Amino acid sequence: MVWSDFERFGRLWDPWADFERMRRALYRWTTAPFAEFPLVNVWASGEEAIVTTEIPGVDPQSIDISVTGKTLTIRGSRDPEELRDGESYHRRERWTGQFTKTIEMPFAIEAGTVEAKFSKGVLRIIAPRAEAEKPKKISVKSD
Amino acid sequence: MASTTKDVQKKEAETPEKGELTRERKVYSPAVDIVERKDDIVVIADMPGVDEKSVDITLQKNILTIYGRVEPDVPEKHTLSLSEYGIGDYQRVFTLTDEVDRERIEATVKNGVVRIVLPKADIVKTKKISVKAEA
Repeated sequence: MVWSDFERFGRLWDPWADFERMRRALYRWTTAPFAEFPLVNVWASGEEAIVTTEIPGVDPQSIDISVTGKTLTIRGSRDPEELRDGESYHRRERWTGQFTKTIEMPFAIEAGTVEAKFSKGVLRIIAPRAEAEKPKKISVKSD
Repeated sequence: MASTTKDVQKKEAETPEKGELTRERKVYSPAVDIVERKDDIVVIADMPGVDEKSVDITLQKNILTIYGRVEPDVPEKHTLSLSEYGIGDYQRVFTLTDEVDRERIEATVKNGVVRIVLPKADIVKTKKISVKAEA
């Protein structure tokens, strides 16, 4: 059975697509890529930071999160499909194996109260700001 | 290190199928594994943020379309301090060259991974022909 990627053909040639491909190929081999796998988004308020990352298909039991001061580390893994005799890949694009991601948080984290939720392949970590680091409100007295 | 082989960036789909979307949002092309087994073909797609209610799979003639809608979940009263990935829908379109038994197609979603099993129609299943030695 032959598969063809519909999106690659049958459309107008996009000159920028080639540039994008070259740029990716170039950065793959340099020591400082844009960001390490898995990609994260970090949201912050005065009280807490929220980290989200897309790691579909990972067993939630295998996700390991650790915090030291301002550094948050996420570890996990995903196993490849097990193929039996006579089964073969037509395409293999999905990642497998282990990953480790270290994120520099905008402030120190209270390690004991970090919460994490894994839903629809998206990991969401709620990391409260360390008590000592919380901004102090200074009230202004009037005479 | 294993992570160096991972394709880190999310790929944007070149143009959404069936023209432009009315809602302005990004459409990404999900990473896909396709496995051929004896009696079926399995398509596995990474679509984080998608569940069974937000994925549409259609097979029209021999065009298989997978579309997943993702509602961005933006935390309130927070500001984005680091942004490495974008959030959007997913779409991937394939042309099937062989007959698939349409009645028995099954799809499941688990932890953001969509798995579609396309059973081969009886006529295309490979038949083993035994060779007899001439007497």
